[in-house]
Amino acid sequence: MSYQWNWGVFLQPSASGDDTYLGWMFAGFKMTVALSLSAWVLALLLGALIGVLRTVPNRGLAGFASGYVELFRNIPLLVQLFIWYFVLPELLPESLGNAYKQSNPVMQQFLASMVCLALFTSARVAEQVRAGINSLPKGQKNAGLALGFTLPQTYRFVMLPMAFRLVVPPLTSEFLNIFKNSAVCSTIGLLELAAQGRQLVDYTAQPYESFIAVTLAYLTINVTVMFLMHRFERHIVVPGYIGGK
Amino acid sequence: MYDFDWSSIPGALPFLWKGMKISLEITIQAVVFGIVWGTLLAMMRLSSVKPLSWFAAGYVNLFRAIPLVMVLLWFFLIVPKFIEQLFGLPPGTDLRLTSAMIGFALFESAYYSEIIRAGIQSVPKGQVAAASALGMTYAQSMRLVVLPQAFRNMVPLLLTQAIILFQDTSLVYVSALADFFGAAYKVGDRDGRLVEMLLFAGAVYFVVCYSASQIVKRLQKKYHPA
Repeated sequence: MSYQWNWGVFLQPSASGDDTYLGWMFAGFKMTVALSLSAWVLALLLGALIGVLRTVPNRGLAGFASGYVELFRNIPLLVQLFIWYFVLPELLPESLGNAYKQSNPVMQQFLASMVCLALFTSARVAEQVRAGINSLPKGQKNAGLALGFTLPQTYRFVMLPMAFRLVVPPLTSEFLNIFKNSAVCSTIGLLELAAQGRQLVDYTAQPYESFIAVTLAYLTINVTVMFLMHRFERHIVVPGYIGGK
Repeated sequence: MYDFDWSSIPGALPFLWKGMKISLEITIQAVVFGIVWGTLLAMMRLSSVKPLSWFAAGYVNLFRAIPLVMVLLWFFLIVPKFIEQLFGLPPGTDLRLTSAMIGFALFESAYYSEIIRAGIQSVPKGQVAAASALGMTYAQSMRLVVLPQAFRNMVPLLLTQAIILFQDTSLVYVSALADFFGAAYKVGDRDGRLVEMLLFAGAVYFVVCYSASQIVKRLQKKYHPA
């Protein structure tokens, strides 16, 4: 083995001149975190809505929600991403499509990635929310209705406050997944962590250091999210349930 | 409005089918490897020999914390070079594709091991106690008593994971393996019909995965009538 380890390479000025290679990595890290967090917020909102719709008595709404979930769960993430990025702009009305194609390319990549990750994850969030609502004892809904609440009021004041708290632990793994899935967005050229890793290999000729550093960055994200979510879980746990106080 | 032109699909079908066969091949290899290696990992994890259980826990947690794309890149770009240098292979040897497939299988086995561990833990303790009371060794009780019951309980989960794995195979795109998605992309790129080919690929994946998941649901009802 004649490999020359050189961790100092990260402090060298990068090929673009105005930054170090460590700076490149940090830029990728920020991109991954920004992308994942913004997609996560959207996924939570959409997923909560779709998950609730899956449990309502209205056949049409429940059917729509179940179609939504099946659609996004049965197509690979990579294919969905390519459809958002390459196909959708072509299908927009011409003026809108052209305006989009002339906008900042990084913006285009980011938007496509964010929408793709958000919808992909929202289908999974919806399944967890549905499971949470269905795990509530039937009596809760009946009691709400018997007290004269309308169905929306029963959801709003009785079922959802419980269901959302029960659903937090299973959502932790979806939250971890969205960071990992964001690496797929390197395939359309978005310069997030994985893409920066590939770039570092090409520019520094120190493949081991580059990949080890990027892998450690992903591990750091993973451990941080787990730690924060565990604290949050302890904070919102429902007394009386397993894991409760 | 966009003018659809689906005419490049019929001619490309043999090529796409070749890609689909590669996707299925990778899936089946990874499922078989994942179940075998995953079972070993699960048994190590539950073993009372501490170093074994630490190793398995470390392995599973590491692979579950890293994106599949990163694992594939490691096994596509880094590992082949390392092996070449280690064994002094001539630089012409192309290990990249084999390596990417091994990386994929190693990654998926971490997920399989977690399913199998839960399956083993779902077998009542009395079964193990009864097996040892009958004079069975640990290996015998695992092979003849615990694992057959555990696997029966796990069948739906193992199949669901196989569907996820089939979707994951599209990511071998990063390692230039021409699976179904890679083939569809190439045809679309060549004919300037990327829009149609990507939509077609999405539709095919949907049909395959949706039907497979419906079959799994039916199996589940048959074995575990709720």
